[in-house]
Amino acid sequence: MNFETTIGLEVHVELKTNSKIFSPSPVEFGDDPNSNTNVIDWGYPGVLPTTNKGVVKYGIMAALALHAEVEKHPHFDRKNYFYPDNPKAYQITQSDTPIGHDGWIEVDVDGTKKKIGIAEMHIEEDAGKNTHERDYSYVDLNRQGTPLIEIVSKPEIASPDEAYAYLEALRQRIQFTGISDVKMEEGSMRVDVNISIRPAGSDKFGTKTELKNLNSFNYVRKGLAFEEQRQQRVLMSGGEIQQETRRFDENSGQTILMRVKEGSDDYRYFPEPDLPTLDISDDWINEIQVEMPEMPGKRRERYINDLGLTDYDAMVITQTKEMSDFFDATVKLGADAKMTANYLQGDVNAYLNEQHADLQDTDLTPENLAGMINLINDGTISSKMAKKVFKAITQGKEPKAFVEEKGLVQLSDPAKLQPIIDEVLANNQQSIEDFNNGKDRAVGFLVGQIMKQTHGKANPQVVNKLLIASLKK
Amino acid sequence: MTSRIDQDQVQHVASLAKLSLDDNQLKYFTTQLDDIIGLFETLSEVDTDGIKPTSSVSDQINVMREDVADNWGQRDALLANAPEAEDGYIKVPVIIDESEDED
Repeated sequence: MNFETTIGLEVHVELKTNSKIFSPSPVEFGDDPNSNTNVIDWGYPGVLPTTNKGVVKYGIMAALALHAEVEKHPHFDRKNYFYPDNPKAYQITQSDTPIGHDGWIEVDVDGTKKKIGIAEMHIEEDAGKNTHERDYSYVDLNRQGTPLIEIVSKPEIASPDEAYAYLEALRQRIQFTGISDVKMEEGSMRVDVNISIRPAGSDKFGTKTELKNLNSFNYVRKGLAFEEQRQQRVLMSGGEIQQETRRFDENSGQTILMRVKEGSDDYRYFPEPDLPTLDISDDWINEIQVEMPEMPGKRRERYINDLGLTDYDAMVITQTKEMSDFFDATVKLGADAKMTANYLQGDVNAYLNEQHADLQDTDLTPENLAGMINLINDGTISSKMAKKVFKAITQGKEPKAFVEEKGLVQLSDPAKLQPIIDEVLANNQQSIEDFNNGKDRAVGFLVGQIMKQTHGKANPQVVNKLLIASLKK
Repeated sequence: MTSRIDQDQVQHVASLAKLSLDDNQLKYFTTQLDDIIGLFETLSEVDTDGIKPTSSVSDQINVMREDVADNWGQRDALLANAPEAEDGYIKVPVIIDESEDED
């Protein structure tokens, strides 16, 4: 029997605001437990939340980035549940009027493009964090009230590979808006997935299972692939899928039953009475639209069509907005586009990996990278010298000054090179004979001698040209 | 009297609210909630065709705060009010339900 797979993804993205969604406490990570909390975050009696305008703005930005309709009259709702990381015993979220609805993004699965619908996205508050020990649990409310946007896909994802592509495209678009770091490893992007299968052609969805503990896009793909197979085996052997939550085990690559869902969750949503409704004007939306950074797809088109980069180069450069902005700025300063792309993918990426750093946290600047590339291009330094210069620009040094200070300037002036070439030739009569007898290897030897004489500073291209000319005389 | 809510439903709502009710209380609250629902049902006599649902009765709209962080420095006072605290954390009885954090 053939089956169709239906996957739905719920992605939580932590918004990079200065303050929390309903209280002015700072949004900072890694601070002492509970140091960024106040009476509002703790849900003290009598306190009132106030909506952070920045969060609403970021919500609108997300909606625009995901081609969604912006809700003009959104309000918040209460979702009631008890848990120690949730001091009010309810979460303020949006149920009736999500900030954005009916969006889509385009994904690329092995060269095939597909639009995947986004049902809705809503803004809400995050909960605190519990640490469990043997006899006690410990609660840190620093994260309580951190703004989140939850993005809910339509059930239009048909394979684990599509789910992966969707997450990658979603991460990129959100990253380019600048509203979040969207890093799964740091928890600023979290993914919940559900998956069901049904006999091909059936018009009724199968029973879905939920997967937890998917800490990377790769695990999402692996977990879904395992679950797809497992559900097929159950159905093929005449069994039934139960509505359950399963945990992905990273070591075995399998999903393991956590709990069976009985009945639907009963969160008793109702409109949040403590927060006034919002009236989002077209003017505000337009203002935000104008400020929106160029999205990765548009940039790729520009890189390929206007700057002559390959699809692959364009894809790598648009992994993050910082990288893409850096590329744009470097090229704007006159650096060759292809060389800039190569440096970013090669030396710069290697450096970032080695330092475990993001581009924006390093001392590299577009000015200095462009300066170095221009020095290579005008023949001042060789690509080999550039290795040293690159190291210097990672330390924030100005390439031209560094090159001059270290005497790294490449010798390209024929008037200075010719006497050295003449001298080397005079001392190596045998090589001239070898050359005349058709032994090309002699050229390599002579270039080597000239490089030695100039302590490696001679411009190899110029030397080659001058040398051949001299030999042919 | 046709009942608008039965004891099972009241029991369910009570357990959602983490309340345990004995048999007498269950009966008492079932009757009381039934009356309350009855009272609210009079509202549905009003013709609301074509009227948009209201989510707020406040006439305030767009009351928002600029995104400026301000740490009120209340941690120590708040922790002092917690039943137990340790190393800056609120200390609670171990949470046995290992379900994931809610989002």
